[in-house]
Amino acid sequence: MTYIPSFASRIAVAVIASFMGASVALASGAAVPPRNDWSFAGPFGKFDETQLQRGFKVFHEVCSNCHSMNKLAFRTLAQEGGPGFSEEQVRALAATYKVKDGPNDNGDYFERAARPADFWPSPFANKQAAAAANGGAAPPDFSVIAKARTYERGFPWFVFDIFTQFQEQGVDYISALLHGYEEAPAGFTVPDGKYYNHYFPGNVIAMPPPLLDGQVSYEKGADGKPQAPETVVQYGKDVAAFLMWVAEPHLEKRKEIAFKVLVFLLVFAGLLYFTKKKIWSDVAGHA
Amino acid sequence: MSGPSTYVPKSAFGKWFESRLPIVGLIHSSFVVFPNPRNLNYFWTFGGILAFMLVAQILTGVVLAMHYTPHADMAFASVEAIMRDVNYGWMIRYLHANGASMFFIAVYVHIFRGLYYGSYKAPREILWILGVIIFLLMMATAFMGYVLPWGQMSFWGATVITNLFSAIPGVGETIVTFLWGGYSVANPTLNRFFSLHYLLPFMIAGVVVLHIWALHVPGSNNPAGIEKKTEKDTLPFHPYFTVKDAFALACFLMVYVWFAFYIPNFLGHADNYIEANAAVTPSHIVPEWYFLPFYAILRAIPDKLLGVLAMFGSIAVMAILPWLDTSRVRSGRYRPVFQVFFWLFAINAVLLGWLGAKPPEGGYVIASRICTAYYFAYYIIILPLLGLFETPKALPASIADSVLGKSGSASAMPAGAAHEPSKKA
Repeated sequence: MTYIPSFASRIAVAVIASFMGASVALASGAAVPPRNDWSFAGPFGKFDETQLQRGFKVFHEVCSNCHSMNKLAFRTLAQEGGPGFSEEQVRALAATYKVKDGPNDNGDYFERAARPADFWPSPFANKQAAAAANGGAAPPDFSVIAKARTYERGFPWFVFDIFTQFQEQGVDYISALLHGYEEAPAGFTVPDGKYYNHYFPGNVIAMPPPLLDGQVSYEKGADGKPQAPETVVQYGKDVAAFLMWVAEPHLEKRKEIAFKVLVFLLVFAGLLYFTKKKIWSDVAGHA
Repeated sequence: MSGPSTYVPKSAFGKWFESRLPIVGLIHSSFVVFPNPRNLNYFWTFGGILAFMLVAQILTGVVLAMHYTPHADMAFASVEAIMRDVNYGWMIRYLHANGASMFFIAVYVHIFRGLYYGSYKAPREILWILGVIIFLLMMATAFMGYVLPWGQMSFWGATVITNLFSAIPGVGETIVTFLWGGYSVANPTLNRFFSLHYLLPFMIAGVVVLHIWALHVPGSNNPAGIEKKTEKDTLPFHPYFTVKDAFALACFLMVYVWFAFYIPNFLGHADNYIEANAAVTPSHIVPEWYFLPFYAILRAIPDKLLGVLAMFGSIAVMAILPWLDTSRVRSGRYRPVFQVFFWLFAINAVLLGWLGAKPPEGGYVIASRICTAYYFAYYIIILPLLGLFETPKALPASIADSVLGKSGSASAMPAGAAHEPSKKA
């Protein structure tokens, strides 16, 4: 017996297929970044302190040579729900940077060692200097970049995201981008001084491949091996996690409060439901 | 607001005060003993939810304004300072930003409830028009609020929407310059938008008072769409509806909390975390989700001026809806053919929203045009004709009868329309 779909169901299938096909096609200015497991995802998500410290190390040794992060104050590195550095570590770190201050009592501007209250100094004096030193494209600031990057989820996935709380498009994209450098496919010309990246929208990116395997040494564990593999893929994940914390330093607190508020509301709504039932119980025709 | 008050003050001070300013009596007659139809369903709780959201938005907004700097060079940084350094600033901002979306979810449920149960029909035309005015004020407020963080989508959204006025023949360019306070969206624009964003919610509050006043003259419509006649049809507002509204509000707040605390950026755009830059245009300029159906209508029309007229017309047509719907039966419950067109209209509105987020090319444009055509046809062709040709089902004799499952025929129907309901019971 053969099944012959009705005309209406064929049309319905065609319409749905074209909608879904269209949304996938539109999202594909570049490949969709692979999903990662993030410790901070989901309703009980928390940052992994050691991962944030590793990510900070990658940022500090590599990214911060070109990228600014001007909304990050040194003091926040010791803040609760962050990478968990001690106040001394933060003070020592800040002291390795110079910031401009003044005017002093003589009316002069002067340089001094940074303090924990200072913000992360930019590697370049201004945007123009940053662009000039980087082939005409100023490296974007990193303060909120984990929230400023995304890719299109398309229907119906964006509806499911409401319930699964998938909010990690930005970090997935960043970590994918960092290991997404490859040879351009045949017939694709990459302009001089630019690079081909599998995940970058349009595939032509001005940033040279920033990371190499083994470039950043991670702290050693008790067994003498590094905490995590010293690979580009791992560096990308760690620095993306760190950037998520920088973009959303109160994420842990937010999710913690969310649960308490929801439990409260659930109990409160339950009490109101039974109160309502009781009050309406003497009205004929109502449950 | 519903005739002379039955409130009797108990204390001597109460009597003294009431004889000078009878405000407690006003509250008593409006929100305590006010007789509501006993058959109101949960769709009628959204009025109270909307009142709560307005207050929540004003409260969180006033606190945000204490920390926000309305200057093109500092706005973005001041919002980030709120997110990082103000105590619980992140919470207040996320509640405010997601509160706007929740406000619109609630208002759309409220509007569609009115559309389905015919709440716009006589004697509630003024009540309905006041609602349309509130909706317009909400849209203006939300639009200007989205400009304030001064991200890329703020800036370019403001540029696109204010530019719409340039389509007006003759004076368009002058009006746009006046809106901008210069020759492009810049610091003066941000300044005035902040000022207006603070002003408009209080204007909304004023119109809400009129809306409730106009509501309390005839009282609420109800799922049966027939007027209350005897005391058997009604229940006092308190405690019956206060407790029902409170339960619905608590449920609504759970959705609000889910968005504001777990997925606070789901309804926003990633591009708005990039500071405004007049030299870089984002690849897709998309308005907030609650504007998408109207944005789709705008882009469905190939001519700019006609597109702008269609967009504003799509809201203006709601204001004359009481005179477009010719059916004498209010509630969609008793209008079998109307129900089909109504649900098509609802699906059509969602489709328009989806199309508004898509680039204006190929099949999307064609689909937008079909949906736009249905949107207007519903108001100006289907509803006027349907009232003339549709045979409604028999109405219950009273609200009490409809609750207790009796059916009969009612005479209380809006005046000035055409078709009688069938008498078959």
